[in-house]
Amino acid sequence: MSVADFQPVIGLEVHAQLLTRSKIFCGCSTEFGAAPNAHTCLVCLGMPGALPVLNEKVVEYAVRVGRALECRINPVSIWARKNYFYPDLPKGYQISQYDQPLCEHGALEIDTDDGPRRIRILRIHLEEDAGKNVHDAGGGDSLVDLNRSGVPLIEIVSEPDIRSSAEAAEYLKALRDVLVYLGVNDGNLEEGSFRCDANVSVMPKGSAKYGQRVELKNINSFRFVQKAIDYEIGRQVELIESGGKVAMETRLFDAVRGETRSMRSKEEAHDYRYFPEPDLPPLRIPAGFVERIERELPELPRAKLQRFIASYGLPVYDAKILVGDRPLADLFERVQGVYRGPAKKLSNWFLGELLRLMKEEAREVGALRFSPEQFAALLAMVDSGELSNNAAKDVFAEMFRAGRAPREIAQEKGLIQVQDAGAVEAAVEAVLAANPDEVEKYRAGKKQVLGFLVGQVMKAMKGKGNPALVNAALKAKLGE
Amino acid sequence: MEPTDLSMLELGRKLGSGELSSVEAVRACLARVDRLDGRVKAFLRVDREGALAQAELADRRRQEGRRAGPLDGVPVGLKDLFLTEGLPTTAGSRILESFVAPDDGTVVKLLRAAGTPILGKTNMDEFAMGSSTENSAFFPTRNPWNLELSPGGSSGGSAAAVAARMAFGALGTDTGGSIRQPAALTGTVGLKPTYGRVSRLGVVAFASSLDQVGPMTRDVPDCAALLQAIAVHDPGDSTSAPVKAPDYLAEIEAGVKGMKLGLPREYLELPGMDPEVRAAVEAATLALEKMGAQLVPVSLPHTRYALATYYLIAPAEASSNLARYDGVRYGLRVDGRNLLAMYGRTRDQGFGLEVKRRIMLGTYALSAGYYDAYYLKAQKVRTLIKQDFVEAFRTVDAVLSPTSPTAAFRIGEKVSDPLAMYLNDVFTLPCNLAGLPGLSLPCGFTRANLPIGLQILGKPWDEARVLRIARAFEREHDFHRRTPPLGAA
Repeated sequence: MSVADFQPVIGLEVHAQLLTRSKIFCGCSTEFGAAPNAHTCLVCLGMPGALPVLNEKVVEYAVRVGRALECRINPVSIWARKNYFYPDLPKGYQISQYDQPLCEHGALEIDTDDGPRRIRILRIHLEEDAGKNVHDAGGGDSLVDLNRSGVPLIEIVSEPDIRSSAEAAEYLKALRDVLVYLGVNDGNLEEGSFRCDANVSVMPKGSAKYGQRVELKNINSFRFVQKAIDYEIGRQVELIESGGKVAMETRLFDAVRGETRSMRSKEEAHDYRYFPEPDLPPLRIPAGFVERIERELPELPRAKLQRFIASYGLPVYDAKILVGDRPLADLFERVQGVYRGPAKKLSNWFLGELLRLMKEEAREVGALRFSPEQFAALLAMVDSGELSNNAAKDVFAEMFRAGRAPREIAQEKGLIQVQDAGAVEAAVEAVLAANPDEVEKYRAGKKQVLGFLVGQVMKAMKGKGNPALVNAALKAKLGE
Repeated sequence: MEPTDLSMLELGRKLGSGELSSVEAVRACLARVDRLDGRVKAFLRVDREGALAQAELADRRRQEGRRAGPLDGVPVGLKDLFLTEGLPTTAGSRILESFVAPDDGTVVKLLRAAGTPILGKTNMDEFAMGSSTENSAFFPTRNPWNLELSPGGSSGGSAAAVAARMAFGALGTDTGGSIRQPAALTGTVGLKPTYGRVSRLGVVAFASSLDQVGPMTRDVPDCAALLQAIAVHDPGDSTSAPVKAPDYLAEIEAGVKGMKLGLPREYLELPGMDPEVRAAVEAATLALEKMGAQLVPVSLPHTRYALATYYLIAPAEASSNLARYDGVRYGLRVDGRNLLAMYGRTRDQGFGLEVKRRIMLGTYALSAGYYDAYYLKAQKVRTLIKQDFVEAFRTVDAVLSPTSPTAAFRIGEKVSDPLAMYLNDVFTLPCNLAGLPGLSLPCGFTRANLPIGLQILGKPWDEARVLRIARAFEREHDFHRRTPPLGAA
């Protein structure tokens, strides 16, 4: 047997930071990058006598995610303490949810090689983040920064419905897109605001019984997710084939060596001694709360993608890029709403010039200086023949830089093409008269001379002739 | 008559009329502390300058005609579990010996707003775990009625300070009887309010679902007045109920005529009850009957499980609440060769025996494989105990019982036998488990001249009626006026 004879079974646990301005149980700022321990108070320092008070915004954001992932929102959920000692955990316990989480039984649809699949969501619960230990600060002491202590997190736990590392990556991307669309998370794996653990097992193909699962921790990029899972699948298959047994354990992914290694065995597993948090009453969702949040839910990335393909007739590739950035997709729709020309043409501009300049200038959609109307006007000028494609790119660059109207820029730069048929005809006649030999050659069948003549007319018109008009006039005069 | 013989409200009136000043009242308390506390050892720390400074401000407010209320200028003591800005808060523990809170807790803020100078911090069993104040990491407090005896606990320092008239009143906390039992053993009045009535913010936690702050005073009207000052909803404590407190003094003199008072059968059948205590409590119930109350037998069948239930739930919560004392951020740190060694040495040297015992009990009760059998089962029994009271309160207005099965006991007598010590709390525990208000007041004396306490348990939020019953009894008796035989130093 080989890897191909085994079916991997994967479930993912994603921790996502919620982008509230203050922490989950106190008023401290959640701002990233402040001086160590600048954003702390009695509550998030775990001082004696301090008590938690729930930030309502956190619940709103979590319900948003819950509903976007088709979860049932429990009208009553219970806070629990997860007890363990660690210097970055000031109270000696983390306030989380255990028995009765806020959201349960949802699903997220993803694309796989075999078409779309629904990955079921087991639960989503709320909890507080821990702080950060700093070990290499010098002097031999470890230091603790509690700025992150009490930052709100949701943990999204999938059912073991994922069947390959590629699906795992697809699920994570889709999940991240949803969270970012909802405005509750910045989707940043590298900075730790979106973190993933994976439960991986393998079973012989056709088996109905899952193998022993292993928990993988510390997977902090989309690339690593696939690598870590693939490594782990290979390791488990090899182990089974050589007559061994997969042990229940937690393994850490080492991104440098590209392998997983044992972190703690079943015997060393923490007993978190969960029990209901006596300092917080059960979380009760008031009547109408879920409905209000549902009404305010934006269109989700997958629905938007399908709509971009269906109603704009865009290729999947284009639609994916546009939808991948919600503000970009919104801008596209606003420009298209004014422009009303072929959407693919606009999409080419977005995927070409716009994204190129945005990347060069490191500018987000929100910081763009031109208006959707100005962008639409530019395209209309191209369509009408007033601007050549190349000239339009010049104009667009200036629009991007200064946010001015395209016509104004084009006029200033003298890029508007002459549309006057009489002027074109006059120039054509003059060129034909000045080049009798070439005319003769053309009429004798040497059609490539036409290019030269067009060039002469454009030169005579100082480049402002509309190439289509010039072409047509020349051909007419040359007797076709 | 010395100023310290006055009740809080009497002193408050004299302060209002200008007959006495708050500075004089504070000085009188400090003089008694100087004279007596070397023997009683009620205070862990006396804040002379702070108390005098607050008294001066109170006197100035009176002169300017803006007294803060009936207790403005009346000095009080605080159990050393309440966070006080700038004044150390030890919780009776080595692990917090050097701890100074950066801010006052809510009740301390409320006291400051009410104008009561804070004399100092009173002794207690470490982290409020105990019934004798012997578990203080610093020294045991002695009972003013007999210095060989314990004042009870855990709020033994507050009780002794009030009984010895070193403070006009004090605040304690009550998790399983820690206000009522020491009140009973020192001949003072102590009230544990309904869970959620008083904010726990800024009170070092023992068992969060049971802890409640309450007043300890010399008589019932004082108890009502001090409760009034602190019974304020606090959005900073999510378990503080948004229930407005009534005027506790308004109907305190209205008597018990027509009230139905329950006598739980099971309580009188409990083993280990001192016959003198039983006799005094029976006499007290008959006295109330004579005043027009109707005595009704009630049944609280799950009472016998209260002790076992309490000693699973309270240690479980405590084991988690005390995890924060890890040597990392504040309090004691004893360095070790690595992190685990530092944790171990800090907590080994920082915590006393009883605290360690309860941390272990609680950790065990919450452990995987034991949770369902212990913690979860205890929570279910807790619900049954609550329902017992709901059932009883369908027919009665309040329930009467002894506060403690015995009068004050000898220091050292029970400290090596934790089970005997725990039995002290059999009458007081159910009230915490059910979240009810409970009050203890003096209802008699033993032949050895030791106070005996009567416990009155009320419906949730019904402190006013509990106080009214207590006051009816108190008015007809003089037990609360007797003073401990402390003599001259």
